[in-house]
Amino acid sequence: MDKKKQIIISIVLIIALFAGLWITERLVGTNSMLIVVLKKAVIYALLVASINLLQGFSGLFSLGEAGFMLLGAYTYAIFTIPEAVKGNVYQYYNGGLIHVNLPVWLALILGGLVAAFFAFLIGFVVLKLKSDYLAIATLGFAEILRAVFQWDALGGITNGSNILRSFPGFKSVLYPFVVVGLCMTAMMLLINSSYGRAYKAIRDDEIAAEAMGINLFKTKLQAFVISSFFAGIGGGLLAMYQLTVKASTFTSGLSDELLLIAVIGGIGSMTGSVIASFLYVAANEWWLRFLDQPAFIGTFQVPLLRSGFRKVVFSVIIMVIVLFYQQGLMGTREFSIVGIYEKLTGLKKKKKVKASGGGTEK
Amino acid sequence: MKMVLTAFIGNASFCSIFQSLAAFFKTNLPYILAGISVGGQYALIAIGYTMVYGILRLVNFAHGDVFMTAGLICFYLSLVTPLYVSLPLTAAFTVLLGFTIEKVAYKPLRDAPRTSAMISALGMSYLIQNLALYITGGLSKQYPQIPFISRSVTIAGATTKMVTIITPPLVIILVAALVALIKYTKIGMAMRSVADDFDTSRLMGIKIDKVISMTFIIGTFLASIGSMLYFTNYTAIVPTSGAMPGLKAFVAAVFGGIGSIPGAVIGAFIIGICENIIKGLGWTTFSDAFTFALLIMVLIFMPSGLFGEKKTDKV
Repeated sequence: MDKKKQIIISIVLIIALFAGLWITERLVGTNSMLIVVLKKAVIYALLVASINLLQGFSGLFSLGEAGFMLLGAYTYAIFTIPEAVKGNVYQYYNGGLIHVNLPVWLALILGGLVAAFFAFLIGFVVLKLKSDYLAIATLGFAEILRAVFQWDALGGITNGSNILRSFPGFKSVLYPFVVVGLCMTAMMLLINSSYGRAYKAIRDDEIAAEAMGINLFKTKLQAFVISSFFAGIGGGLLAMYQLTVKASTFTSGLSDELLLIAVIGGIGSMTGSVIASFLYVAANEWWLRFLDQPAFIGTFQVPLLRSGFRKVVFSVIIMVIVLFYQQGLMGTREFSIVGIYEKLTGLKKKKKVKASGGGTEK
Repeated sequence: MKMVLTAFIGNASFCSIFQSLAAFFKTNLPYILAGISVGGQYALIAIGYTMVYGILRLVNFAHGDVFMTAGLICFYLSLVTPLYVSLPLTAAFTVLLGFTIEKVAYKPLRDAPRTSAMISALGMSYLIQNLALYITGGLSKQYPQIPFISRSVTIAGATTKMVTIITPPLVIILVAALVALIKYTKIGMAMRSVADDFDTSRLMGIKIDKVISMTFIIGTFLASIGSMLYFTNYTAIVPTSGAMPGLKAFVAAVFGGIGSIPGAVIGAFIIGICENIIKGLGWTTFSDAFTFALLIMVLIFMPSGLFGEKKTDKV
């Protein structure tokens, strides 16, 4: 299949996806479970992919995702709360200090840039550290950010430990899909570029990569900043989804959860991250809800079903994947229509080759 | 004349510094006492981190949650048995838990890349927290009062619990015993050898699995003692109770030089005291952040900590 054909097929599929989403939203209503799950899942997909960009493609173990999400979410919220309600939101801080209003898309990008800027500063300090120390240091920075954002003295900007609210959310399910789609495309292009190959070289062997002329520190910093940019945008989208922002919810537990989703999907596979995010969110918010409700068959109460059981089942599944299927769903493979097409046609080709008795192995 | 004057001034400024120091101690005494007490408790957790890291090069993220589980075990046991039975049983069950975690979550990954083991540790921590959430039903549990150590006492005008006085000597006794164990017994020698060179020890016929199990047993035993002291002060147990003390204990271990037991203890006391003085100064929001700021400082400026050995990576 040549390149032109691939591009045409991709465009057709993307248009079909968006048309499908648009029609589904019209049919089932904006507040239906399906649409809510889709919105959250696509945001998680971006966040998990941004973790995967670090962990899976650059070999940098970071647990600071929540901190960058926090930066993105706060930046978005601060710059989009309408002037009219600022007095209400910042009721303890005289209506806040920042009186600039940005359009939604600009505020999202600004959120990403703020996160990237902080990643740049933090990266300078922590990227010299090795695997587990790096994880702990990034986790530490996320916790420090969380404390700073709850600080009274910054209340005019961050509203202290109170929530930020009344900023615009999604009008349609298409919005997060478009934003995440653009971000994911950018990430995929990056991975397949020479930069992406440099990341992979570092992941596989730092010393060999350095010997091949890759500037370790610069490349790591670049990966860290880019990943954080997307984490910031994801944080902004999450704020749009939740309609409130509170610093105390961006815990290290959130980073862990996202990292574990990346593990389910396969560390080193972007499409794996997307699939795992959709499965995780759908199961967590929707399909496995019944595990939290006591159920009766006749008069017999099904044992174990009680509030919190869903999470236990999840953790067990995660442990099983971590211990026995370390590849996750996708390993390092990528799901692609072209790949499937080639596999189907390739099978035929292989048979032909065998029949003719030879040919070079690929 | 001049000399007398300068001597007098010097003396006066010395006096005023001393006085202000004394005043500082007097106003902050409750916080310093709380710091010493919580520092000792962090120390008991930190030993578990530092020993496991020393041997397996693994940050055992589940250790803080094991500490929390020890609290819950004690709570549930105290409902059915008197305290003198439930306390030793708590220690026994916690040790069993630590032992099981190692066998289930870390042993299968011994030859896998280090990040796999770390992810497994994160997953284990997630599992324990969720199990605790399920079992407690999301309600915080009140730790049972241990009669002797939860009694109130007054030291120089500051009221505190008996546990504050007991913690430091108890920690020192336990650490001394542990150091002796590591120095003079056969298993201790094996531990040192495994910490020094994993593969060579294996070749020399040391039973690695036994040594690692022993490390987890000691670590979780000390964590269970730590939980008895800690939850006497902070009596509400929720599933995330172990996360922060666990992280702080880990920071203490890094600060002291990971792998070094006296280092971990000293680091823990310093962190406990600083954190509480910061609370005393009215910066409660930053008491947790301080720990992490310290961690980052240590990692940047002296990565091997106070007492750690310098190590270089080999190709």
